[in-house]
Amino acid sequence: MSNINLKINNMPVSAPEGSTVLEAARIAGFKIPTLCYLKDINEIGACRMCVVEVKGARSLVASCIYPVSEGMEVFTNTPKIRNSRRRTLKLLLSDHDKKCLSCVRSGNCELQALCREYGVKDEHYFQGEELHFDLDTSAPHLVRDNNKCILCRRCSAVCEHVQDVSVIGPNNRGFQTSIGCAFEMGLGETACVNCGQCISVCPTGALYEKDFTDDVLAAIHDPEKFVVVQTAPAVRAALGEEFGFPMGTDVEGKMVAALRRIGFDKVFDTNFSADLTIMEEANELIERIQNGGVLPMITSCSPGWVKYCEHFYPDQIEHLSSCKSPQQMFGAITKTYYAEKFGIDPKKIVCVSVMPCTAKKFELTRDDEDAAGVPDVDISITTRELAVLIRKCGIHFEILPDEPFDDPLGESSGAGVIFGATGGVMEAALRTAVEKITGEELKNLDFVEVRGTKGIKEATYSVGGMDVKVAVASGLKNAKEIMDKVRAGEADYQFIEIMCCEGGCVNGGGQPRVSGQIRNLEDVKALRAKALYENDSKKEHRKSHENPSIKEVYANYLGEPGSEKAHHILHTSYVKRTIN
Amino acid sequence: MAQKKQKVPFSGTKEQEEKLMSVISELKGHKDATMTLLQEAQDIYGYLPEEVLRKISDETQIPLEKLYGVATFYSQFSLNPKGKYRISVCLGTACYVKGSGDIYNALMEKLGIVGGECTPDGKFSLDACRCVGACGLAPVMLINDEVYGRLTVDDLDDILAKYQD
Repeated sequence: MSNINLKINNMPVSAPEGSTVLEAARIAGFKIPTLCYLKDINEIGACRMCVVEVKGARSLVASCIYPVSEGMEVFTNTPKIRNSRRRTLKLLLSDHDKKCLSCVRSGNCELQALCREYGVKDEHYFQGEELHFDLDTSAPHLVRDNNKCILCRRCSAVCEHVQDVSVIGPNNRGFQTSIGCAFEMGLGETACVNCGQCISVCPTGALYEKDFTDDVLAAIHDPEKFVVVQTAPAVRAALGEEFGFPMGTDVEGKMVAALRRIGFDKVFDTNFSADLTIMEEANELIERIQNGGVLPMITSCSPGWVKYCEHFYPDQIEHLSSCKSPQQMFGAITKTYYAEKFGIDPKKIVCVSVMPCTAKKFELTRDDEDAAGVPDVDISITTRELAVLIRKCGIHFEILPDEPFDDPLGESSGAGVIFGATGGVMEAALRTAVEKITGEELKNLDFVEVRGTKGIKEATYSVGGMDVKVAVASGLKNAKEIMDKVRAGEADYQFIEIMCCEGGCVNGGGQPRVSGQIRNLEDVKALRAKALYENDSKKEHRKSHENPSIKEVYANYLGEPGSEKAHHILHTSYVKRTIN
Repeated sequence: MAQKKQKVPFSGTKEQEEKLMSVISELKGHKDATMTLLQEAQDIYGYLPEEVLRKISDETQIPLEKLYGVATFYSQFSLNPKGKYRISVCLGTACYVKGSGDIYNALMEKLGIVGGECTPDGKFSLDACRCVGACGLAPVMLINDEVYGRLTVDDLDDILAKYQD
């Protein structure tokens, strides 16, 4: 591909053919503000924040979609441009609920930041007609407040182009336009899979998760309750961002210290139940292969993916592993094994989970997730809510010491921690399954073919004279590609890992928000995943079946993986749902 | 979230459904079939009932929200049938300055529907229109082909009472 030479603000720049003016400006060291633009996802040139002057053009052009051409002369920050951007912001504010003080996004709102940057001093400059919307609280995981929506369409673009769910979109026309569901249904009435990617990309306070931090504090302050907390693998790789640590910093120790200071009775780790999941799932896979069960078997850790499968591929749910997700396994084993071992009434245990995920809020309400006759998990909060909780409790996160998890449900292997990245469950399962099938010690534990942030990965491993073909997909659009093959009978894999969110849980809908400007530049998924693989490489045990606490659970309580007791406590069932 | 729209009960015939299915099977799989599908469906039913949009979505895999978004964007599409008595209030310049906006709002309140909708009994539908060429009579509204001019809000009850059958 050849390069194009142009001038930006009188500086000569050379940019690859096909680049946009926005990209060329970046090469030249000029920042152009964007609002609706999300690279590869939402390239519609709608918001007009990124306008620039191009010599010879009749009007200002949207740099996010305007291609460079030879000899072009561009200006990115003239008085005319600044005026136009300021006017755009004022027009947005004219029909915007400007209660910034009480808004969840105050401080990290992209609209607020731009208003400050462009010196918008009179937010009532265009006082005109305003639309008023009721909040949509019908979904189990989020709130839509269209009074704060700026119609950038980032949420509907992600829902359609990344997740292929397409339950939200622009309705009506002109001033009456609003983002919502068909026939003004609540989101909870649709095939929404609760992935929360819409929340992650929303630049304002129009979308946010339902906040359960006060419920957590109420439980902690109730002397009758024994409150345990579990933290998902991916949380430690991103929580630091909320407190100023660079992206990709593993803050596991500080996170544990913070949770202890918040007042949880026990601070445990979902990594433990990730190991437990591997024990059950590897066993299920081997059984299916040896006994002619339904293949390929597909992972069931990701509740967004499970619900997607139920809605869009109800005829294929037999492929789903019957294993509960690590969140649910954790709750189940806490309220059975742990409760029994320490003589605690399961009804008095409140199991709180900290998840990179909003779909976990839905998952805990599913049927057949109550091993001890009470819900396995009681409250699920996101990584973002944990940050809120830490601030609410006045904890100085940055200077906390590193502390270890409590025993016995805090002990985990490296296989458990990589669950948070796409390919991690597959790799963890292979580490155990290969040893089980061959009966020999696995020397090389790194299955690098299934690592990385690519949407679909395939590999074939020779295990004890048998070829095991596997596939890994993340992001539901990629899942769809695989599932169409499965449905058509063209998928000759034995085992498939599917994660709802692109890149896996590190990029989950409950993780700290990353502004559009940074998203467009950094590979957030890869940076956070790196923290997990480093965590894995430093672990004493790197295979789930070598985790001493796991061995103990089986020796003293469950018996063998796949035993009747294990099935009762650790496995679940699925339902067929419809799209419309 | 906007108010959930009032609905006139769906009463499609078997014949209409057969026509719809043949249109769908002809257009299914075509990438840009949305507009044509909606136009054909509206030709068959006179409007776009929710049941029909759901059927189209189920059969074609085009997301329901996409169909709804397009149907509510273009003024050529209507999600509601027209009533036995079609009320059109002129919101053209002359009528508007003479207060037709108030007439329009009062009708919405009296009929319990918003513009573009039809009362659940199928009797009245309400739309806004632009200039019927009777500016001298402003503000003006039409009920089917009958013109009512120099209206005030107080006149409306008596006028609506004429259409009781």
